[in-house]
Amino acid sequence: MSDQPTETGNDGSAVRRFEGSAVLGTTERPNGRTPERSSGSASGSLARRLLRDYGSLIGLALICLVLGLLSNRFLTASNLINVSRQVSINAIVAAGMTLVIITGGIDLSVGSTIALAGCTALLAARPAGDLPGMAVGILVGTLVGVLNGGLVAWGRVPPFIATLATMTIVRGAALVLTNGEPIVKSSGAYLWLGQGSVGPVPVPILLMVAVLLGAHWFLARTRWGIYVYAVGGNAEASRLVGISLARIQILVYALAGALAALAGLVLAARLSSAQPNTGVGFELDAIAAVVLGGTSLMGGEGGIWGTTVGAFIIGVLNNGFNLLNVSPFYQLIAKGAVIVLAVVVDQLLKRRATAARGSITPAVAAPDSGPAAAAGV
Amino acid sequence: MEQLLTLHGVAKQYGGVRALAGVDLDVRPGEVHALVGENGAGKSTLLKILSGAVPPDGGDIRLGGRPLPLGSPRACEACGIATIYQEFSLVPALSATQNIFLGHEASARGRGAARRAIMRGQAQRLLAELQGGTAGQPPIDPDRPVRELSVPERQMVEIARALSREARLILMDEPSATLTEQETARLHATVRGLRGRGVSILYISHRLEEVLSLADRVTVLRDGHRVETVPVAEATLDRLIRGMVGRSIRDHYPKERAARGELLLEITPREGLAVRVHAGEVVGLAGLVGSGRTELVRSIFGAERRGDLAVRWCGRPIHLASPREAIRLGLGMVPEDRQGQGLVLGLGVDVNIALPTLDRMAGGWLPPARLRERAWPLIQELRIRLAHPSQPVRSLSGGNQQKVVLAKWLARQARLLILDEPTRGIDVGAKQEMYRLINRLVGEGKGVLLISSDLPEVIAMSDRLYVMRRHQVVAEPSGPAKTPETVMAYATGTAA
Repeated sequence: MSDQPTETGNDGSAVRRFEGSAVLGTTERPNGRTPERSSGSASGSLARRLLRDYGSLIGLALICLVLGLLSNRFLTASNLINVSRQVSINAIVAAGMTLVIITGGIDLSVGSTIALAGCTALLAARPAGDLPGMAVGILVGTLVGVLNGGLVAWGRVPPFIATLATMTIVRGAALVLTNGEPIVKSSGAYLWLGQGSVGPVPVPILLMVAVLLGAHWFLARTRWGIYVYAVGGNAEASRLVGISLARIQILVYALAGALAALAGLVLAARLSSAQPNTGVGFELDAIAAVVLGGTSLMGGEGGIWGTTVGAFIIGVLNNGFNLLNVSPFYQLIAKGAVIVLAVVVDQLLKRRATAARGSITPAVAAPDSGPAAAAGV
Repeated sequence: MEQLLTLHGVAKQYGGVRALAGVDLDVRPGEVHALVGENGAGKSTLLKILSGAVPPDGGDIRLGGRPLPLGSPRACEACGIATIYQEFSLVPALSATQNIFLGHEASARGRGAARRAIMRGQAQRLLAELQGGTAGQPPIDPDRPVRELSVPERQMVEIARALSREARLILMDEPSATLTEQETARLHATVRGLRGRGVSILYISHRLEEVLSLADRVTVLRDGHRVETVPVAEATLDRLIRGMVGRSIRDHYPKERAARGELLLEITPREGLAVRVHAGEVVGLAGLVGSGRTELVRSIFGAERRGDLAVRWCGRPIHLASPREAIRLGLGMVPEDRQGQGLVLGLGVDVNIALPTLDRMAGGWLPPARLRERAWPLIQELRIRLAHPSQPVRSLSGGNQQKVVLAKWLARQARLLILDEPTRGIDVGAKQEMYRLINRLVGEGKGVLLISSDLPEVIAMSDRLYVMRRHQVVAEPSGPAKTPETVMAYATGTAA
């Protein structure tokens, strides 16, 4: 929640201070007024609130700690850079996915877009050169996103169905375009995108940081970011204040497509080749990162900060299992278990916060002031 | 006479709003007992308590002399209370038979195909009996999926379901609201048939003529109190209406008149009266729920389409395709469903206030502090009580939430405000503040179109008043005719 536009900035700490005083048992607010209802956090102990607000970060820290104890290679600088580079692809995709999910949608097509963008970029780079090739790749990804957004906004196709269909179409397009063969790119400036580094920091990591900062800035500091939250929080209310739902939906899917394409370019550059079959299941990793980061699939809440932590949890687990020589089959089971555990714990914390607040909730025609209530506060 | 159902001192409070304030009621076996009252009088709450959907805060409820288990729909049903809501609770894909026996298939003997045959036979018999009084009507096929049935047929399936569970008391929530005259007549025949079997019916209706022709006794509710219960022989339209609306319109409504300015909005439907709103006046729109008031204003605002309207804004004809265009012209709307349509509950107060105005702020760069600074004067002006301007709207009380919705349009400086049920579900103090805000708006030369189901309110707070019935504006009572009784008479279609 620390990513919500309402909570950031200098005065964000003021919110916490207010809540802090309530925790200590004083209901009087600094401005002398007493609100009719506390903002909910007053019901929790400090520890529980920390767990709720920084739960995923604490989880990540614990995982790192355990892995550091189990393997002396884990906490080395080279390994941490390695982890970050592995995370970068998923984090870039997940940043776009976060925007889509905050509007209450989902994008299953990003895995296929990764493949198509990488292939078109390398194909276009042959005659046109590396930079134009990259531009073509990003453009293709953006167009896939616009198609998704158009289907959702104008075609009124549920996002799950729309992007399930484009997932297949885009994968097919990549296979048609390449005849099912990988496109090899063994030299050229393009490869810097995946293999280069600035000082000790690999380029994919720099790109990831730029994308995450940019997406965070977009969500928390622009009016379009506010519209994204508003549309996901209450589409009808947003329409009635003059927000164009179609514009916002197309925008977020287009951004998700463009970011997936960027991830595709990085992946192809790292492997020195683009594979039409790459990226299968990447959408699920991205969704997992978003969900682990506390963004609700119902939309209207969440943020890039959480997604970043979520992506790192997944990446660190992968890395740690490999260091510990855990069979990849068991890795899958463990990853799934971690996701379930995280979401269940999150739900329990939210439910408790809601229950504690129930007694002072005015039930004025409030079928929808229910369980989802805990999230925003 | 032995009572089937007795209520004593039943009370229910939602937050700061008292929905029922100690209501007494009794229903005799084999009686059609009508429950009337304005919107918000407490009828629905009473129904929800009896069906187990919500527990009461206090009071005693007995069915057949035994205390009724409260707050559990299942337990209430097991005691023999069935509820037929306006929104049917049938599963569209299942057949009439399957719906009738849904959840209590075990009550039919046998197994497998044999049981299905028994259920089908019973369903057929029940449906035929219910339709008995309506000759010439083909019986409902028990095998047809409910999805393919008409509204009155679905209603029959609901009633058959109640009977198959041996209901002693059937609660009906405005069962005739969506029916044609003919279908209503058939429903009445069925209800009388039920009474003949000794089943009691608690019948909620807005149609007073219907109540007078169908019920044995009528109970009038107002503001959560029982006004009276009278045998239908002693009830007249006048008496019922007076009971429903008869609040004195004291200084309860601090109406101030403002100077009337130019014509802002003119709506000319193909049929019925035209509606005009000038700057500096409050125009009321009265009518029953379902009379089309909300649809009318939503189509003015571009939120839905209604083809038969010609709309003029400041003299120029306009065709609004979206709320976006309406807002650009200078309209604002406080929708009927505050939480569902008026607010993004998870976002902060400042963000909600800024939403309609964001497109006017230069550039895309929006530090959160800027939103807070812009919202703060309005928060103080409207006296929105909160701990922090960025607090999620969800955590405010109903009245304060409503002020946030209004503040959005003040920030946008809308010239004409559509207020759809602005005082619904907020407490008396907040209502007073809302009235003062309305005064202020027209004092500043803005136009207000006020929809309210609270008759005394809409009469007292409006400069002019239109009444809607069946999607048409049917009357503009003014002067001495602007009384709750006349308005109600126009709204129910009983005016001469």
